[in-house]
Parts: sequence; structure tokens; C-alpha cells
Amino acid sequence: MERNDPRSRTDAYGSRINRSHSRLLANFVPWASIVIAIVLPVFPIATAMPLVPPLGLVMLLAWRLVRPGLLPVWAGVPLGLLDDLYSGQPFGFAVFTWSLVMLGIEILETRMPWRSYWQDWFTAAMVIVSYLLAGWLLSGGQPTVHSLVALFPQFVLTVLIFPIAARLVAMLDRVRLTRWKVL
Amino acid sequence: MAPTGSRRSGYSRRAQYNLFTGYVIAGIGALIGAILLALSFFQPHLFGGLRGTAQSGVSPATETAASVRTGSKGVWEAISGYYRAGSKNAELKRENELARIRLAEADAVRQENARLKGLLELQDKETKPVAVARLVGSSASSTRRFAYLGAGARDGVAIGMPVRSPRGVVGRILEVAADSSRVLLLTDTESVLPVRRAKDEIVAFAEGRGDGLLRIKLINLGINPLEPGDVFVTSGAGGYYPPGIAVAILTETTDDGGLARIISDPAATDYVAVEPIYEPEAAVGAATPIERELDE
Repeated sequence: MERNDPRSRTDAYGSRINRSHSRLLANFVPWASIVIAIVLPVFPIATAMPLVPPLGLVMLLAWRLVRPGLLPVWAGVPLGLLDDLYSGQPFGFAVFTWSLVMLGIEILETRMPWRSYWQDWFTAAMVIVSYLLAGWLLSGGQPTVHSLVALFPQFVLTVLIFPIAARLVAMLDRVRLTRWKVL
Repeated sequence: MAPTGSRRSGYSRRAQYNLFTGYVIAGIGALIGAILLALSFFQPHLFGGLRGTAQSGVSPATETAASVRTGSKGVWEAISGYYRAGSKNAELKRENELARIRLAEADAVRQENARLKGLLELQDKETKPVAVARLVGSSASSTRRFAYLGAGARDGVAIGMPVRSPRGVVGRILEVAADSSRVLLLTDTESVLPVRRAKDEIVAFAEGRGDGLLRIKLINLGINPLEPGDVFVTSGAGGYYPPGIAVAILTETTDDGGLARIISDPAATDYVAVEPIYEPEAAVGAATPIERELDE
């Protein structure tokens, strides 16, 4: 059989004989990627306007929408707690909003079980825009019209970065389920 | 993508309970988040310690990134310097000559200044910076404008101290952890700074607008004397900042003042200096509510 097709005993994640998924990697990769995305916006030095997308939320959304059922509904609580330490918003903002986002998508999924990529992007865009608006309202500072206008570049960038995050998640998902030699 | 079957728990009690608990935890989490959010509105510094620890946790990475960033900027500047190098060089030589003359004049003025101050028996306070450190990060994705500094309480940094770069004021220390601290930048909507026009004594407040500009609000209303191009420096009122540090350049006039751009852009600074509070007694007085009396 191998002579006819050398890939006959493999699937997308590698050979199936004497190989198995790593339990550690399968559980670790989604959380680790979101944690890294949470810390990343700290690195660019202070710009005059909020420009860097909230990468933690974008990665959470991507994992949730591209691989539904993988992250538990309560994933927004611990991850939001970590985001609050780095984001600069008042403490508790991400715990609150990320939990609402996870619950909201869960409800949306029961209403509309079949969704396409474009619908996913639309959902993500809606969530992102309302999250950034909530962040503007509940920033702890005075929400001025000027700071709202200054948000628009971030709106556009964040909505546009979602497809990239979705592709990244698809790639990480392949890494996550790679088959390793069973000892 | 099609939903997974994990939401249908079937007859398995265990699966049913797991699913139900997940929803309960998510709901309780949202509630706790709302409570924490409300708490941090009333007590913004309540979780400062946690944030500081988290910031110190990533500081090896942010320090490295900061040094790489300034290094790479230097490389880029060196490359772009070659563009039209000849004409630029000639222009710089002319400017340098003029600057040398102005410098000599400034020396004369400084000497005269010292002599007059000696006559008046004023003492010049030499302020030495508490710490010199890099801005290692920022809240780049948030509406608020904070920066993180690579020095903390262990270096003597305390809340309220002014932060400045060689060009001018950057901001003020807001929270302090052991090895890092949080800086409230001038462009944040919560930042207010007393300033005066550099060439005369017109006093105003410089407030952050949240979009990178400062709003200059004149204290004495009347005919607006400001013109685009006016430079504003700290006035020293309030006691936090020493007077005479450059803050902003006016770009546009409005009814009650104008809009100004900051002179010391935090994105372009390498090292910043944390200076001691200029007049701690005045700062305490300014921070005390008017209903309460100052204790001596």
C-alpha cells in the first residue's frame, strides 16, 4: 500500500502508526498564544494615539470562532485578569468584557449554528468595535469626542488584523495536533 | 464552522454538570469583573501593586526590546542621513555658526543672571535627577496614555515625581513598583499641567485631549493673545514640576486658548530622567481638598 501512496498512513498531522498527539501541547498552545498576545502591546513605545490592536482579545476571538468548543466558556475570566495587568485600562475591565464576549458568542452560536468565514469576521468586527467603544467609555479618564475620533485608526487596524489572527490560529492548531512518537 | 457536539451533553450527568458549571463560572466571572471595575473607578491605585509586579515580570524582555528599538532607530537615522548629504551638510554648518553665536550670547545672559540673582540673594537650587532610565513600554492598545519606566521604588522613584527627557516634560509618575513604574503621559485625558508662554508671563493649563494634542486653556480670559508657534514651558505652579521646562508648541488658536503639540514625544525619547518633586510642601497643599486644613 505504501508503495502506491507513501502518504497512505498519514493524515494532516503526520503519520498515524506509532504516533499520537501530545496532550500537553494540545492543551497548552491556545492558552499560551493568547497570553503572548496579551503581553505584546506593551512593547511598542507610547504613541500619541491608541494604535496597537488589543491583540489578546483578537487571539481569544480567533480561537473561539475558528475552533469553537476548544476554549471553555469561562476562559475570559483568567485571561481577562492577566490582560488587566498589562492593558492600562482600569482593573477588572477585561475580566468583565471578555466574560461577556465569551457568553455572547455562546448564545450567538446556539441561535446560528452554521456560520461561514465571512460571518465569523463580521461577528469579530462587531465584538471588537463594541469592545473598543466600551474601553473608551470606561477608561477611567474623560471620554472626549477627540479621543473617540482618535480611536478610528485602531478600529480599522483591529478589524483588519482578525483574518491574520484567524490564519495564525489555524496554523497553531496544526502545530497543536501534530503527532509525536509514542514511547 | 459547524458547532461541535460538546454543547449537547446527552444523558451523562458528568457532562451536564461540567457544562453547567462552565456557564456559572463565566457568569460569576463577569460579575466579579464588574465589581473590580467599579472598585478601580473609585480607588484607581488599589491594584497598582499587582500591575507593578506583572510589569516587573516582563521587564527583562521589555528592556531588551527598548535597547534594540533605540539601536535600530540609530541605524535608520544613519542611513537616511546620507540622503542629500551635501546640501544638508552646508545647511547644518550655517546653522551651527549661528548657534555658536547665540550660545555665546546665552553665556553672557547667564552670567548677568547669576550676578543679578547674587544681588537679590536668591539661591539656585541644583536639582539632580533621582533616576535615569528607559521608557520600556506603554499602554499602546488602551485609550489611556501610560508609559512604563524601567526604574522603581528601589531607585528612589516616588509617586508624583516629574519625568523629563532632554527635550522637555514627558509626564508624571503615577504608580511605583519595586523595579518599574507607571508614567502618566502629558497626552492622557487626565493630565493637567500648569504652563506659561515662554516669552512672557501668560499662564495657562495644558490638558491632554486623548488624541496626541494638548489643549491650552488660558487662565485669564479676554482677548486671546496666543499665536501659532508660541512655545509653552512649565510655570512651576502646583509644585510638582520645576519652572522653565519646554512642554508644547501652539499649532492652532481657539476661543479660550489653543491646541498645542508636545515637544518631547515619548516615542522618540531614549533615556528619561526622573526628577524630585520641585516643592513638596506646595505639592501637598495643592493635593489637599479645600475643605480640609493643612496640618503643619
